[in-house]
Amino acid sequence: MSVHTETLGSQSTFPVPTEPRPEHPPEVPLAIHDLTVAYNRKPVLWDIELNIPEGKLVGIVGPNGAGKSTLLKACLDLIPKTSGWAHVYGKPYRKARHLVAYVPQRESVDWDFPVSALDVVTMGAYRRIGWFKRVSKKETERAREALDQVGIAHLADRQISQLSGGQQQRVFLARALMQDAELYLMDEPFAAVDAATEEAIVQLLKDLSAKGKTCLVVHHDLATVTTYFDWLVLLNMRVVADGPAEETFTRENLQKTYGGKLNLLEKAAEALRHSIE
Amino acid sequence: MPSWSDIFEVVLLQNYNTRLVVVSTMLLGVAAGLIGSFLLLRKRSLMADALSHATLPGVAIAFAVMVGMGLSGKSLPGLLLGATLSGVAGIFTMLVIRNTTRLRDDVAMGFVLSVFFGIGVASLQMVQGMPGASAAGLESFIYGKTASMVKSDFYLIATVAAVSSGMAFLFLKEFLLLCFDDGFAASQGWPTLFLDVLLLALVTAVTVIGLQSVGLILVIAFLITPPTSARFWTQKLRTMLILSAAIGGLSGWLGASISALTPQLPAGAVIVLVAASLFLTSMLFAPARGVIPRLLRHARLRRKVGRQHLLRAAYELLEAAAGDGPVMNRSFALADLVEKRTWSKGELKHILRVARREDHLEPAEPGRLRLSEPGFGEAARVTRNHRLWETYLITYADIAPSHVDRDADLVEHILGARLVRELEEYLTNHGVEIPVPPSPHLIETGTPSAS
Repeated sequence: MSVHTETLGSQSTFPVPTEPRPEHPPEVPLAIHDLTVAYNRKPVLWDIELNIPEGKLVGIVGPNGAGKSTLLKACLDLIPKTSGWAHVYGKPYRKARHLVAYVPQRESVDWDFPVSALDVVTMGAYRRIGWFKRVSKKETERAREALDQVGIAHLADRQISQLSGGQQQRVFLARALMQDAELYLMDEPFAAVDAATEEAIVQLLKDLSAKGKTCLVVHHDLATVTTYFDWLVLLNMRVVADGPAEETFTRENLQKTYGGKLNLLEKAAEALRHSIE
Repeated sequence: MPSWSDIFEVVLLQNYNTRLVVVSTMLLGVAAGLIGSFLLLRKRSLMADALSHATLPGVAIAFAVMVGMGLSGKSLPGLLLGATLSGVAGIFTMLVIRNTTRLRDDVAMGFVLSVFFGIGVASLQMVQGMPGASAAGLESFIYGKTASMVKSDFYLIATVAAVSSGMAFLFLKEFLLLCFDDGFAASQGWPTLFLDVLLLALVTAVTVIGLQSVGLILVIAFLITPPTSARFWTQKLRTMLILSAAIGGLSGWLGASISALTPQLPAGAVIVLVAASLFLTSMLFAPARGVIPRLLRHARLRRKVGRQHLLRAAYELLEAAAGDGPVMNRSFALADLVEKRTWSKGELKHILRVARREDHLEPAEPGRLRLSEPGFGEAARVTRNHRLWETYLITYADIAPSHVDRDADLVEHILGARLVRELEEYLTNHGVEIPVPPSPHLIETGTPSAS
């Protein structure tokens, strides 16, 4: 994939999509076209083109600051896109929310919050329950089942600050299961969890994948990439490579993702930032 | 000093003059306790402070406008409407500062708080000089005054308090989600901006109706103190909301009563002091998260740890003395015990005193110590637990052996009987030898058996 240096060098605005939108088959769980995102006027994602195939366990890998979380958030409409779009099963996100479950980074919330594990898992059903209505018995039962699926049914009534990091992560996964989605976007579910939890999460991902669900997982540990995932996206502000894990996880691609070659792009982004301010 | 009968009359709402004020302040406390809980959980408590200070210009301007229109100028609904508008303007200014510059929230809040308050104080001075109307009494909005309140004011305050409380319960689920995880809420399609604005609107409503009784400087305490006090008592949101409302209501009721009896004190200060004393009580004594119960729990654990360290050190000395033979309960030198661990003199003295009191130590010759029979049994058990745990950690938990002793130290003290049995089973099933006799009963105690 070429780096869009010409866009960088010639003007101080971000690339705007001009070409007609390419057709993508409607069954693709996530199709991203020409996506550019800027934070505080600093671009973090450039011209992302991705078609995520259905039923795959997809790892998103890249160095710190590569825009991995940003990519998920942009797909979820949590941050504005500077250009481009991301479609879920052929529809804009706001029309396909019911098909998507989201697992934010564990540190993104305050775990000293006066709720139990079961309360948090139940939140996954709030959309289904709707405005003002109380949580039904049926949904509470489902929440217990979801906790059982992640192996901590016995901790349902425990206050969340009294859970270990791995257990907290399982609670977040159980909440995503409650959403009963087709596409799961997970932001670093393996960060700082114990070995048993890591194993449980991998098993859960495999189960989801066996049921035809698609999982996009931001991941840090290069050592486990090819054992956990069957599809890979190597990301560093742009998509360096994507495809079946075995083919994509090459020394050359990794060097492109993590190595010094991207300095040029970073420098250009820096220059752009200075020219705006 | 008011007489007892006066006190009873006011507190029990039998005095007509104060009844309205006391009841309305109590309702205000309930509403503030509920709304303040969400504000606290959203981590936006200080925003309410900026908001309340920003209401002052509105009070002065509303007064001027009403006088200009030939009205009385002191109609409460009119003044509160002005207060609301300028409070909203303050919040709006704050959001503009935050979103267009890179200044942090606290800077924006401090700026709005001081500038709006300054404008308010200045314009109050100006309207004092207006011909044809007395603005005296407007400054009571600053510190609060449980002054004479007419029935229509009471209805206004009571209605706003009741409606805000109702809204807090209606939007319970939505606010909970917003406060806990706004990103997840937004990803599910909940309008987080709308919910934030709604929450701020409720805060504004409570602040504004609190102006008259509590005053704008101290109304923030009414929004913060009850929920923080309630948080000490519980880990459940529902309980916290109910407690917070109750603490708010109680502060309002007692505070307004006391201030009605001591008119020379500003009402806001009295109410806040009552709330603060409830807060202090909660902080110190609440069993769930209070300071004193926590200290007691720590002290108990420390005592337990100290006892187990002593017993294990003693057992290890006896083991060393026994060599290859069976471990016997003999006396051992205090000096050897001191060598065993790095404990300070005072610490060891305290631990020994406790051990004597618990009958784990028997009298021995000077400079020497001797375990009692139960003490010896306990020592064998403690040592064995320690080694079980250590073995487990080394064998299965992938922890470097150099770290093991410290971790074993921490956990073994809280190993219950069931957990120990599980550990034993686990280790035996995996063919690991436990380097201590499996039961302390097999150890010869050295003292002739009594039975």
